[in-house]
Amino acid sequence: MAFDPDRGWQLHPQVAVRPEPFGALLYHFGTRKLSFLKNRTIVEVVNSLADHPDMRSACRAVGIDDDQLGPYLHAFGVLVDSKMLVAKEDQ
Amino acid sequence: MTAVAPVPRLIEQFEHGLDAPICLTWELTYACNLSCVHCLSSSGKRDPRELSTQQCKDIIDELQRMQVFYVNIGGGEPTVRSDFWELVDYATEHNVGVKFSTNGVRIDEKVAAKLAASDYVDVQISLDGATAEINDAVRGPGSFAMAIRALENLKEAGFKDAKISVVVTRQNVDQLDDFKALADNYGATLRITRLRPSGRGADVWDDLHPTAEQQVQLYNWLVAHGEGVLTGDSFFHLSGLGEPGALAGLNLCGAGRVVCLIDPVGDVYACPFAIHERFLAGNILTDNGFQHVWQNAPLFLELREPQSAGACGSCGHYDSCRGGCMAAKFFTGLPMDGPDPECVQGYGEPALAEDRDKPKSHLDHSRTGGRKGPIPLKLLAMPAKAPQKFCNESPV
Repeated sequence: MAFDPDRGWQLHPQVAVRPEPFGALLYHFGTRKLSFLKNRTIVEVVNSLADHPDMRSACRAVGIDDDQLGPYLHAFGVLVDSKMLVAKEDQ
Repeated sequence: MTAVAPVPRLIEQFEHGLDAPICLTWELTYACNLSCVHCLSSSGKRDPRELSTQQCKDIIDELQRMQVFYVNIGGGEPTVRSDFWELVDYATEHNVGVKFSTNGVRIDEKVAAKLAASDYVDVQISLDGATAEINDAVRGPGSFAMAIRALENLKEAGFKDAKISVVVTRQNVDQLDDFKALADNYGATLRITRLRPSGRGADVWDDLHPTAEQQVQLYNWLVAHGEGVLTGDSFFHLSGLGEPGALAGLNLCGAGRVVCLIDPVGDVYACPFAIHERFLAGNILTDNGFQHVWQNAPLFLELREPQSAGACGSCGHYDSCRGGCMAAKFFTGLPMDGPDPECVQGYGEPALAEDRDKPKSHLDHSRTGGRKGPIPLKLLAMPAKAPQKFCNESPV
């Protein structure tokens, strides 16, 4: 599924998050792939996805300004491609 | 917050070490049915001090707490442990995925079916020749047929994406296309890694390691076929042969930073290629557990400090290769702050031509007659600092 920042996303149920000094490690037990969240802001967004109806509002809630959204949306797109993030099913 | 603070490159973060390893190798036993001439751990006979089933489970519990998401299990031949499958099941039930390396001896139809049914177990079959002739010269008579039988059983059972793990040697470097075809034939992924002069590998390295010409050949093959071939970031000593980034993977020695080895008796070493007292960080049983060793061992803290480029500091390629692999230097008797023995600029060759004392490991579990190699006549001084090498599988 293509990444749409205007809908809700969540971590794949087989993905675990391990905090690290630089951010976090994501591990997908199904695909056996690792990804790195390279700063703490993006970790905050990922950890708060359940509280927000769509990706844009999750980003705003941790203080990412709209003009800074680009790199984050790109990163989330990569995580969607690698199935780390999946669309919330109830939408 | 509004301002985005500059984020240090990931590689710099890794150099300071992580809270838990990413690439953890756990050798479950020194026992092995084969006696490969280049065995990193000089395996053969079981060590009477090997960890019990319960001790292994305690370690798995600790790995789960530390969120070590998977372990690379090896040996020896890990499947000859009578509790091997029990431990694999225990690990996967505790969110510790398993990839295990095997010569295939126990991968019969029944085991293949069991493996095909698990989502969390990955299998890596070792093969060092695309033909029996070349493989068996290194791994022993019958070992090619055994590995192929295992691959056939896995394919037959519907196991997806097994790995075929090849150590690149002077004899098999011309077979890379054949290995790739073999892997494709079994629906497997090819993994090729560097020959290290560790364990019994020290005794055969001079004859088996690829020549300078072959290193270039290998590099070109990797650049052309790198997609879809795993390397464990094994070959970054070759990265000076081309543009930065032409070789996939991280350019970093992960030893003690993101990588380590747990051996069959619970000793923790900086990396799987470094079974030597110099790189022994501690013991899980006697030093308060794995987490304590990982986070506090003086050796690991030292490895997480900035490393000196030493004699390589003036070389324009240092940023690419970082002086190469510390284990390769150490076990060939080269200075730790100098060039890799397979330095692509050729700086390793004159160093290899000089008199060297090759440090010998305190451990040797070889079955018959022990290692053949020369015994060093004098003690080796402690190397000052230990540089770089990384073994993880393209994590980014």
